[in-house]
Amino acid sequence: MWDIILERGSYWAIIAVMMIGLYIAFSAENLIKRLVGLSLFQTTICLFYVKLANVANATAPVLLAEDMPKDAYRGEGVAELVHVYSNPLPHVLMLTAIVVGVATLSLGLALIVRINESYGTIEADEIYASDVKVQMAEDADAARTSGEVVR
Amino acid sequence: MILEPVLTSAPDWAVRHAAVLVVVVPMLLAPLLALSPSNRLAWILTVAGTAAAFWFSLILLAIIQEVPGSAISYALGNWEPPIGIEFRVDALNAMILVLITGMGALASFIAWPTLAAEFKGERLNLLLCAFLLCFAGLAGVAATGDAFNLFVFLEVSSLATYVLVAMGAGKDRRALPAAFSYLVMGTLGASFYVIGIGLLYAATGTLNMADIAEQMPGLSGNRSVQAGLAFILVGLGLKAAMWPLHQWLPNAYAYAPGFVSMFLSATATKVALYSLIRWLFTIFQPDLAFESAVLQWVLAPLAMAAMVICSVQAIFQTDVRRMLAYSSVAQVGYILLAISVGTAAGVSAGLLHLFTHALMKGALFMAVAGICFAYQGSTIRDFAGLGRSAPFTMAAFAIAGLSLIGVPLTAGFISKLQLGYALLDQGWWWAAVVLVFASFLSVIYIGRVLQAVFFEPPLNPRKNNKEAPLLLLIPLWILALVNIFYGIDAGFPAGLAADGAAAALGLGAAQ
Repeated sequence: MWDIILERGSYWAIIAVMMIGLYIAFSAENLIKRLVGLSLFQTTICLFYVKLANVANATAPVLLAEDMPKDAYRGEGVAELVHVYSNPLPHVLMLTAIVVGVATLSLGLALIVRINESYGTIEADEIYASDVKVQMAEDADAARTSGEVVR
Repeated sequence: MILEPVLTSAPDWAVRHAAVLVVVVPMLLAPLLALSPSNRLAWILTVAGTAAAFWFSLILLAIIQEVPGSAISYALGNWEPPIGIEFRVDALNAMILVLITGMGALASFIAWPTLAAEFKGERLNLLLCAFLLCFAGLAGVAATGDAFNLFVFLEVSSLATYVLVAMGAGKDRRALPAAFSYLVMGTLGASFYVIGIGLLYAATGTLNMADIAEQMPGLSGNRSVQAGLAFILVGLGLKAAMWPLHQWLPNAYAYAPGFVSMFLSATATKVALYSLIRWLFTIFQPDLAFESAVLQWVLAPLAMAAMVICSVQAIFQTDVRRMLAYSSVAQVGYILLAISVGTAAGVSAGLLHLFTHALMKGALFMAVAGICFAYQGSTIRDFAGLGRSAPFTMAAFAIAGLSLIGVPLTAGFISKLQLGYALLDQGWWWAAVVLVFASFLSVIYIGRVLQAVFFEPPLNPRKNNKEAPLLLLIPLWILALVNIFYGIDAGFPAGLAADGAAAALGLGAAQ
């Protein structure tokens, strides 16, 4: 039982951080904190992919001197690899995911700046309360004008 | 063969590269728009870009229809498919591409009259740039055959969508929190999708969708694959506004600029639904016991809950755009219910409803955008008496509304009928009962608006006779007439849907 859990220790850590990020993204009232939770969640996905790419006792996917046959630079030689290297594909995928994450984060911050300009607050509950107030005022206004028409 | 002239008149390069040009042309035009010195030039380029994409997708459809059951495979950068990124277009993608690009072209037409009034003197070219990026992203999702590439295109379109929704802030500041909560939910959805891809990559070692599908039979009962399916279902479900993951949708559609809500309602959730169909039927085969349980016990109840609950919520809205947004969630429920039947007839009915719903919701949102432009208001009270002051706009609105209800001789009736047949074939009479009940609810919410429009005196007697602008009326009437035409002769969309379902389920051509 313990073997199963301990063997996958890094996965458990990743899942734990992921769930913390998800919880912050849902529960925080402060919009900046929400974005922090979201970024945490996205970052742990990168960790998850890097962990997937891991091969036991492997090095980084870089060709070292011993891997290079002498005529490698003349184009014909195929490298006979001495080193075990981890899977490079998930790393490449995560480069893309990081770019997407940066774009999301910056767009989210830009939206928060605009929200702060027009509402004067970045607390979700206060924004909601002021929206409800505006809506009720509009409804009352509309009810009055339609009453006038009936008369 | 209606499309043969398209193919014979197309130049050779267009036929050979159509699969990638449908995405590349709008995507490369978008940065040019950001540099454009004048708003009008930017708008003309937008129309040209979306129209070109529509032409390319018609070419694709014509190629596909020439040989039933075929697929176009386009290796990007000439790297062979399992290793390189592949654009793969079969009957299912071709149908979705035609739908997206067609609605995008109509949306770009109405962009000028509605936006020019809303953003006087501001730099519209940046907004149109975001629109083209969103358009290119959605087309990319529909065209790609690579699982991770799909995520990238999904995020390209989503990031542009958040910007577009936030642009409604000039009129109503509530667009900003709506865009922000859409951003949080949308990013969570995409992240869930990526986790699912990771789990599948761990089990199969490939990202090419066709390659994953080939390995799937040997992996039945694999926990990693099952978890991957669950993550992908939740992630794409969030993007498709599957109940109860739809919380972002009503506000985003209600406060976005008019042409944006028209475009999003007709395409954004549709693309997510398309990729859901692709994953559920082409990649995970439905005969896996795990998946049929998911379809029957998760998807079907959620779909029926959406149909009933969101229709009831739509009845109690005072704002027409919010009402239509809730109705969109309900309609996603119809499509998901059709998918959850899991048979070829069910998927075909779902695709047909997807198609017709894009037509009718596009027309409805377009009419509302016109009314917002001409009368500066979108509550039901603002709509009172408009039947007399804007008869052409409102007649088209009424046609699309009747189609949404599913009145005979409209497109909505045909697709709901197909859905009913598919349900009864499977013996799901209880689902058919829910379908009819939800349709009655839609009679109530559409009827409320139509009653205000045609039978109530105008709220403000000073209201002058003012139609929506002509550039908006033409696409609106195209959509309304198409709604009626497909209600009388549904051969074209029904054939597309049947071929698409056959391609999704891997059955070859449906004849």
